[in-house]
Amino acid sequence: MINHNSITQKVERSLKKRYLKEKLFKAMGFASVSVAFLFLLILVSDITIKALPAFVQTQITLEIELNTEKLGINQNSTTVEIKQADFRASIRDALRKQFPDVKKRTQKKDLYSLVSIGAEYQLRDLVLENRAYLGTTKKLSFIADDDVDALVKGVIDRKVEESARRIKNFKLGLIEDLEKNGQIEKTFNWSFFSNGDSREPEIAGIKGAVMGSLYTLLVTLLMTFPVAVAAAIYLEEFAPKNRMVDFIEININNLAAVPSIVFGLLGLAVFINFFELPRSAPIVGGIVLSLMTLPTIIIASRSAIKAVPPSLREAALGLGASKMQTVFHHVFPAALPGILTGTIIGMAQALGETAPLLMIGMVAFIVDIPQSVADPATVLPIQVYLWADSPERGFLEKTSAAILVLICFLIAMNAIAIYLRKKFEKKW
Amino acid sequence: MKKFKTLITVVAILTSLSSMAEGRDYISIVGSSTVYPFATVVAERFGKSTDFKTPKIESTGTGGGMKLFCKGIDVNTADITNASRRIKQSEFEMCQKNGVKDIVEVLIGYDGIVVANDIKSHKFALTRKDLFLALAKEIPTAVVGELVANPNKKWSDVRKDLPDVKIEVLGPPPTSGTRDAFVELAMEGGCKKFDWIKETKKSNKAKYKSICHTIREDGAYIEAGENDNLIIQKLKKNPDALGIFGFSFLDQNSDLVKGASIDGGFPEFETIADGSYPVSRPLFFYVKKAHVGKIPGMAEFLHEFTSKKAMGEEGYLTDKGLIPLDEGKFNAIQGAVKDLKSLSL
Repeated sequence: MINHNSITQKVERSLKKRYLKEKLFKAMGFASVSVAFLFLLILVSDITIKALPAFVQTQITLEIELNTEKLGINQNSTTVEIKQADFRASIRDALRKQFPDVKKRTQKKDLYSLVSIGAEYQLRDLVLENRAYLGTTKKLSFIADDDVDALVKGVIDRKVEESARRIKNFKLGLIEDLEKNGQIEKTFNWSFFSNGDSREPEIAGIKGAVMGSLYTLLVTLLMTFPVAVAAAIYLEEFAPKNRMVDFIEININNLAAVPSIVFGLLGLAVFINFFELPRSAPIVGGIVLSLMTLPTIIIASRSAIKAVPPSLREAALGLGASKMQTVFHHVFPAALPGILTGTIIGMAQALGETAPLLMIGMVAFIVDIPQSVADPATVLPIQVYLWADSPERGFLEKTSAAILVLICFLIAMNAIAIYLRKKFEKKW
Repeated sequence: MKKFKTLITVVAILTSLSSMAEGRDYISIVGSSTVYPFATVVAERFGKSTDFKTPKIESTGTGGGMKLFCKGIDVNTADITNASRRIKQSEFEMCQKNGVKDIVEVLIGYDGIVVANDIKSHKFALTRKDLFLALAKEIPTAVVGELVANPNKKWSDVRKDLPDVKIEVLGPPPTSGTRDAFVELAMEGGCKKFDWIKETKKSNKAKYKSICHTIREDGAYIEAGENDNLIIQKLKKNPDALGIFGFSFLDQNSDLVKGASIDGGFPEFETIADGSYPVSRPLFFYVKKAHVGKIPGMAEFLHEFTSKKAMGEEGYLTDKGLIPLDEGKFNAIQGAVKDLKSLSL
C-alpha cells in the first residue's frame, strides 16, 4: 500500500511539470507558426500595397478630329495606308486646340508629353477597328504619360517645391486644368493584362511574360510527366533490387539537389550550341526546366506508388491479372493523386525559376507576344527582374504587380494540387 | 515503350525546330546592360511603327555580347551587339577568325557616371583625386614611392573642406561595366595626379594598374549589387552615404537624389556632352554587315536608330537619359551607317 501510494504521489508531483512541458512545447510550436505566417503576411501585404497603383491607369479624354484630308486616308483606305497615317499629329492638334496659349517650344514639348507615346498607336488601332470614325470628331480616352499618371495617383507630391519635383509648375498647371474639366479619369488597367513588355511604364503589360511562362511550362509538362512517371513505375514495380538500381536512385536524389544554373549551362551547350535550337525560345527553356523538375516528380511519384498497399497488388495478381495489368489497372490509378500533386509542385518550382533561363537567352526585351514555343519569349520571374532594373519610376509598381501575378499563379497551382489530393485520395 | 515513344517524339520535335531556326524573321540584339535601356526604346518604336517584328534584345553585358556576336556568320547568331566601350583588339580578332569580317561601328552617344546622395543631405564638390583618395585600397604618402593602407575614415580626412561625415559609398560589384568605367575614368583620373604614379605607368604597367584600380575592401565601399534602383532607395535611408550609378537613373530620380560635382562639373546633359563633366563614356553598337539584307528589317532598323528623331539632340533617346553626339559627329555617324562602312582596327 505504502509503495503504491508513493508511486501515485510521485506521478502527481511530476504531473504538473509534464503538463507544463507540453504547454511550453505547444506554445513554442504556435509561436513558430505565427512568426512564419507573420513574415508571409508582411511580404504579401507589402507587395500588394506597392502593386495596387499598377492596376489603376490614368486616362486623358481628348476631342480628336479625325480629318480625312490631314490624315490623307478615308474609309476605303487599305490597312497599310491607315497604318502609315500620322495619328500623332491628330492628337497634338487636339492638345493645341485645347491650350491655344501654349506657344513656346519647351512648353509645347510639355504639352505633348501629357499623353503616352503609345496614344498614337492606340488611336491607330481604334481607327483600324472602326473606320467610320474617319471624318468625324470624337471624344476619346488616351493613356496618360507615366509622369502624369504618378502625379494623379499621388506618387509625385504636388506640394513639394518646384525644383525638387519631376513635374514642373507649367505642366502641373496643364494637368490641373484638365482635371477641372473632368478630362482626367482613373480606370482599371486592363492593358496591363493584354499588352506585351514596353519601355514606357504606362503601356507595359504582363501578357507576353504570362504566355511565355505558359508555353515553357507546357513544354516542361509534356517532357517531364511521361518520362518521370514511367521511370518511377519501372523503378518501383519492375526493376530488380540490386546495386545498379541503388546507384540510379542515389543519382536521382543527387540530381534533385544540383544548382539550377548548371542545367542552364547544359541547355546552352547541348540544345543551343549542338542542336542549334533558337535562343530565347520557350522550347529550350521548357526542356531545361524539365531536366530540373524530373527528379522532383520521380521522387514524388515513387513515394506515391510505394504508398499503395501491397494487398491491392496481391489481390489483382491473385485474380489472374498480369504484372502489367496490376500496375496500370490498379496501382497507377491509386497512386495518381500523389503523382499529380508531385507534378504540380514540380511545375510550380519551374514557374519560379530564373537562373537556368539566364544562360539560354530568355533574359530579353520582347514586345511581341509569343505565338508558339519557338518564338522568342520571356517568363514571369524574368519580367520581374527586368522591370526592377529599369530606371523609370513607374516600373516600381509594375514590378510589384508582376510579383503579385506570379504569386497568384503559384497559389492557384498549389490549390489545384490540394484539391486533387483531397478529391481522389483514398484511405486504406 | 512509353519512354521510347517519348524519345522519338522529342527527337522529332528537335529536328523540326532546328529547321525552324533557319528562317529568323526578327532582329536579334545582345550586349551591354547600359545600352539596353536605349536600344529597347528604339526597338519598341520600330516594331510599333513598321510591319517588321520587334527586335529581341538580350542584356548580356558588353563582353558576353561580343562573344555571342563574334561566334559566326550563321543566321542564328546575333545581328547586333551593344557595347559600353569600344570593341577590343582581341575581340575584333576573334570576330575575324570566326568569319565575321565586316563590322559596322555605330557611336550612339555618351553616358555619364554620377556620384550622388540624398537630395536633402550635404553638398559634395569632389575632384577625381578626392575619389581616388577616399576609395583606393592603398594611397600614396608624402614620401615618393611609398604607399599605405587607406587611412581615411571621413571625407574631411580626404580634404579639409569636404563634409565631416563617414566615407560610405554604395557602388556596383566588379562584374559591372559601370564599375569598370568608374574605376578607369574617376579613380585612375585622380590617381594620375600623383606624378610618381604617373611615371610608374611607363616602367611598370601592372603596378600602376593595381595602385589606381584597386578599390578598398574595409567597408567604406559597399557593393550594392547591379540594381541601381536599390542604390537610390538605400541613399534615401542613409543620408550620409554616396552612391555610384548611371546618369539616366539620376535623371529619372532628380527629386530624390542629387549628383556631386566632379572637378567643378555638375552631371548635366550639357556638361557631359561637352566633356566638362569628366566621368563619362561613349556607347556603341556593332552591326554584322553580312546580316543586312538577310534578316528582314535590318537596314530600316539602322535607319531608325541613327535618325534625328531618335539619336539627335532633341531625339526621344535623350528623354531616356542618353547624352547626344554633337552635330558634326552625328552627321559623320549617320553617313557611315548609310554606307555601311566596315570597321578596321
